[in-house]
Amino acid sequence: MSENKISENAVAQNITGASIMLEEVTKTYPGQKKSAVGGLTLEIPAGSIVMFVGPSGCGKTTTLKMINRLIEPTSGKIVIDGEDVTDMNGDELRRRIGYVIQAGGLFPHMTVAANIAMVPKMLGWPKDKISARVDELLELVSLDPDLYRNRFPKKLSGGQQQRVGVARALAADPPVLLMDEPFGAVDPITRQRLQDELLNIQSEVQKTIVCVTHDFDEAVKLGDWIAIFNEGAQLEQYDSPERILANPASEFVENFIGSGAGLKQLTLTRVNEVELEDALTTTPGKNASDVLSQLQGAGRKYAVVLDSRGRPLRRLDRRQLSRAQIIEGTYDENMPVVGEQATLNDALDTMLVASSESALVTGRRDVLTGVITVQTVMEAIAAANNAEDADHEAPVGLNSGAINVVDIDGAAAGQGGESA
Amino acid sequence: MRSETRSLIWQIAGIAAAFAILVGWLVTADLTETERQTLDPATIWGYTLDHLKITVIAAVIVLLIAIPLGVLLTRPGLRKAAPAVRAIANFGQAAPAIGVIVLLAFWLGFGPKTAIISLVIYAILPVLSNTIVGLQQVDARLVEAGRGIGMSQMAVLFKVELPLAVPVMLSGIRTALVLLVGTATLATFINGGGLGILITTGVNLNLNVVLIAGSLLVALLALTVDWLGRVVEQVARPRGLS
Repeated sequence: MSENKISENAVAQNITGASIMLEEVTKTYPGQKKSAVGGLTLEIPAGSIVMFVGPSGCGKTTTLKMINRLIEPTSGKIVIDGEDVTDMNGDELRRRIGYVIQAGGLFPHMTVAANIAMVPKMLGWPKDKISARVDELLELVSLDPDLYRNRFPKKLSGGQQQRVGVARALAADPPVLLMDEPFGAVDPITRQRLQDELLNIQSEVQKTIVCVTHDFDEAVKLGDWIAIFNEGAQLEQYDSPERILANPASEFVENFIGSGAGLKQLTLTRVNEVELEDALTTTPGKNASDVLSQLQGAGRKYAVVLDSRGRPLRRLDRRQLSRAQIIEGTYDENMPVVGEQATLNDALDTMLVASSESALVTGRRDVLTGVITVQTVMEAIAAANNAEDADHEAPVGLNSGAINVVDIDGAAAGQGGESA
Repeated sequence: MRSETRSLIWQIAGIAAAFAILVGWLVTADLTETERQTLDPATIWGYTLDHLKITVIAAVIVLLIAIPLGVLLTRPGLRKAAPAVRAIANFGQAAPAIGVIVLLAFWLGFGPKTAIISLVIYAILPVLSNTIVGLQQVDARLVEAGRGIGMSQMAVLFKVELPLAVPVMLSGIRTALVLLVGTATLATFINGGGLGILITTGVNLNLNVVLIAGSLLVALLALTVDWLGRVVEQVARPRGLS
């Protein structure tokens, strides 16, 4: 309990992320005529989530890995928070940038705590500070430290491994987080939960997050900005999800978005943007018949059982309540729950899967915030279809046309010339 | 894990039982004076120590050469050389040990030193090749994850790659040790000492009891070394892998 409070208080409300600027960045592999990334200039605003999408082999992952210089750019400049990091020591740079890969990339021979402690250890933090930080991060990613600290990755589910991966990346509180298809290896339900959680975490930590995905829906859901790449990391469009859906810049983008762009409005509105109903809550150990009469008095269908931290454990309907003596504290895995950052699409999915006309909504650290119903979703769709696009300036993103150049020397020269 | 422990217990129990039967048989057997002299416990103990000494020295040299070489051959720059080096090591193992030992003796002179050199040539392959395979089978994504969070190449090698390669490397080392114990028997042909002397004496003087006792002792010694190796494999396997 106390750990929870400390970390909650420690969270600053302002942006801790740093801006990233790629200037004329090119990557040409030896022996290949075409550049993998051709003269890309891209501005990534501080504290925002930027999604890189595009077909496989389009250079989006190469671009991501050039930000932390896992792949060294052939030419161009990388500027983080105003500092040119193109020539600094790569290992030191990477210790300042969080990195998450598919399935977490946890070291199987190290415990969860040891995995998370890797970067703080390299930075020479004192032991007690590291172990406090490990617990704080496990709380942040909704894993009970006492339960998971000393487990080995093999004993975790895919979703839990991914969470630990995120915790490891955040360990030294880096201003920038790079994610390479982070949720590609988990099932759809877990993926949706992890996405919700990432958004919840982001609302606490406010990092600059760059995330590669091949799933456009994921990009719409997570991204403040989406960069759509074509072969050679040619930027087709770089804008907000709303504007990309409303005005695709090219046929390529249109095809990439796919059909049903209208229904994609469902992925644009989030659960916390619609009005939620309050839930009738109770705690384990209460007298069931008391709760039942409260329920009937309020004219509700369900009572929600919460644990000591306000997290929902299960829903009980009138029939279940009339059968029970006291309220049980067991966790019901099939209860429909969505994060408040989930899209209406997710919420609808969750309700359909659970065959329920409502779902519980949870916020930071899985605390119950309300209930969403099918009706709410329907009303929101109607409202969204009538709403105007928000007015905002898109960040800078362009290529300097190195893609058409055939040989490497020419590419470098052409790029230098056109940049001015 | 438990079945592994049980099989370890069976193996050492079997070795002890076989040794007890051998001793019992030698004590009760009707031995000639020559046989009795050759099989004097103090002498045999001396041969065993010699034998182990050759084996251990050769093993240490093998480890010192093969593991760093295996590491080098899995680094980006030298990866291409790996098949060639493995072919050479393969040749060292494929060539008949007795031939190598005798030829080297003509070149480098008779004695334990030459015996050790030829044993090293003979036993390098399993350690080298298991080091390479062990390092190659480490998930490339883990190496990338390590680099991605700011570990240096050296840190990734020592904290991620080598620990994860340990199980495969240890099984190669165990194979090499067993090979060495068996092959060290041949050292006696070039005055290298060891338990092989019992076998050659047995053959030359037509003393079957000595011949059988010598062969059995070598076999039991090899099995004991194998057992020790398997114990180490169990103990040294990084936690979290099984």
